[in-house]
Amino acid sequence: MAIQETASAADEPKVALFNDPKIRSWIFQFVLIAVIGWVIYSMVINASTNLEKQGIAGGYGFLANEAGFSINFSPFIDYSETSSYSTVFWVGLQNTLVLAVVGIFFATLLGFTLGVARLSSNWIINRMAYVYVEVLRNIPLLLQIFIWYKGVLALLPTAKNSIDLGFMGALNVKAWFGPKPILADGAGYVGIAFLVAIVMIILIANWAKKRQMATGQRFPVLWTSLGLIIFLPLIVYFIMGQPLSFEFAEVGRFGPRGGMPIPPEFTALLLALTTYTAAFIAEIVRAGILAVDRGQTEASYALGLRPGQTLRLNIIPQAMRVIIPPLTSQYLNLTKNSSLAVAIAFPDLTSVFAGTALNQTGQAVEILAITMLTYLIISILTSMFMNWYNARMSLVER
Amino acid sequence: MKLKLLSIALGAVAFGAVSSASAATLDDVKAKGFVQCGVSQGLAGFSNPDDKGNWTGLDVDLCRGVAAAVFGSGDKVKFTPLSAKERFTALQSGEIDILSRNTTWTMSRDTQLGLNFAGVNYYDGQGFMVRKELKVKSALELSGASVCTNTGTTTELNVADYFRTNKLDYEIVAFEKADEVVGAYDAGRCDVFTTDQSGLAAQRLRLTNPADHVVLPEIISKEPLGPVVRQGDDQWFNIVKWTHNAMLNAEELGVTQANVGEMMNADNPAIKRLLGTEGAFGEKLGLGNDWAANIIKAVGNYGETFERNVGENTPLKLPRGVNSLWSKGGLQYAPPVR
Repeated sequence: MAIQETASAADEPKVALFNDPKIRSWIFQFVLIAVIGWVIYSMVINASTNLEKQGIAGGYGFLANEAGFSINFSPFIDYSETSSYSTVFWVGLQNTLVLAVVGIFFATLLGFTLGVARLSSNWIINRMAYVYVEVLRNIPLLLQIFIWYKGVLALLPTAKNSIDLGFMGALNVKAWFGPKPILADGAGYVGIAFLVAIVMIILIANWAKKRQMATGQRFPVLWTSLGLIIFLPLIVYFIMGQPLSFEFAEVGRFGPRGGMPIPPEFTALLLALTTYTAAFIAEIVRAGILAVDRGQTEASYALGLRPGQTLRLNIIPQAMRVIIPPLTSQYLNLTKNSSLAVAIAFPDLTSVFAGTALNQTGQAVEILAITMLTYLIISILTSMFMNWYNARMSLVER
Repeated sequence: MKLKLLSIALGAVAFGAVSSASAATLDDVKAKGFVQCGVSQGLAGFSNPDDKGNWTGLDVDLCRGVAAAVFGSGDKVKFTPLSAKERFTALQSGEIDILSRNTTWTMSRDTQLGLNFAGVNYYDGQGFMVRKELKVKSALELSGASVCTNTGTTTELNVADYFRTNKLDYEIVAFEKADEVVGAYDAGRCDVFTTDQSGLAAQRLRLTNPADHVVLPEIISKEPLGPVVRQGDDQWFNIVKWTHNAMLNAEELGVTQANVGEMMNADNPAIKRLLGTEGAFGEKLGLGNDWAANIIKAVGNYGETFERNVGENTPLKLPRGVNSLWSKGGLQYAPPVR
């Protein structure tokens, strides 16, 4: 082989060095990299010299300083006015992630339901899903957030006339004051029981599948799983002496206080992000299902599978290959769109770190760099997970 | 490929050529023919567009005064409405020449942002407003309340300090725009609306029923509000500083918008120096010697702009109080023109 190649190279007519495509492409790539490097370098130098010239303090030392302002939503991280700016960052990130995760969960549920409904042969369901998708995806998201916040949630009764939801707490224009779970000693065992139940379900499902493959006998996996996941933790819960209680809001001078308040800013954002993204997911699901050949359905029917089984065992697994890549984009969109929180005072990363903290410290370059990097990392991690999932779901060729 | 490379290279050159915006602001202003002034997005009495779209207010008059000092006309000024969050960036980046937007002078802003405060045109303090029906008499009774405020303000920090030191439980709801704060308070999202007392008086007018609300007696902070310029341009800093001082000196000397013409012939040497009939004080600022006379012709003295924009006869009905001249027991005190 090698001999042949050298021989053919010697046979080639001599070309000018500059016209050699290989060398040319090398030169161009080198120049491009040099230019990009120079642009980045001059941006950094330009920014730092000008900041210095204008007497604007720089560096990341401010992260250790006391923030001095309050944040009204931090479900997991302990935050007070004496916390540092780096805690502000973590609180903002936490709020963004909570919003994104809950939003993605509900948007996926709603989107899949709508996508299937859009293909329903029931005319009314079909048209309703169609109208939903067309209306929701054609109205700007910011507007929808305002509609939920100012048009719906702001019309709830005032603190004095709160709606009493019984066990579910109280609801008014200030927040939904839900019951706050208080864990006592032994609550951890209930959690462990829950995890054990999940592991057992996975094992049972695998065993049932193998047995069905081998013998053709079926096992009621669904009912066993439901039983396990409900009763196992419940039994442990009673053995441990019911280590869970709830704290409710108390009515004070300014209406209900305490419990687990969910501010309307969070609710409005969640509703807007979920319903908006679900419209796009519905279309992706519909496209995915339509991409599966009609013959697949007919073949399933011919094998005697019912419509539900056909959808679950045949159509959806094949459709997933088409659905997952664009679905990833929607998840990323939802996460990034959550930065619209800034419009209605929900303390997400953009609002509280790239907004309030930036303004109180004046460290615009540093804070924006951190914030952009954070969104980049979140997005890349989401993509990586979805790519892994996509690889798992892709057609296994034997 | 070549075209693309060329455009990238050109872009990089353009970027590299961006120089610091802190060069001589006066020359820039003269070259473009107007002063670019950063104001609020609408705060009655301080900076607010009227029904014809003309900006009016105490902060606006200061900018008009600077325009009059430079160009001899108070109309050669353009206004940029800014949120509390955007204001310092707009000034740092050179988008505006003066920030005159009820901005509190604090040490960190003075030392860390590359900015200079050119004086105090309104001495203010932070207060609280609540609904009358809650029957709250003092801010110390506010434990358990939701408080609406603006992000990126000293207000947000003061309220945190006040509730923490007094061990009061509270929830903060911080919006970016003043309109949103007013809207949320009006809708009942918050029990308390906090900002500078002058701001409370102004924003109260925009509530559905202004009479249903009461401002609590406590003043929890010092809020010296004043114009801001970029650090490193002493000439421009002096022009803005002395525009305010000229308006104060004019009030002290009895020079008003109405009588400034006849005062040009006055014998009082202090008035002569102020109005430029004696000495060359304006020249040393880089302006004409009639700089102060032009300011007074355009907007009047400090007392006149105060009464016209926020005083007892305006909807805001703010008393002169600590903003009286030093000679009348207030804090407004200008160094002499000498």
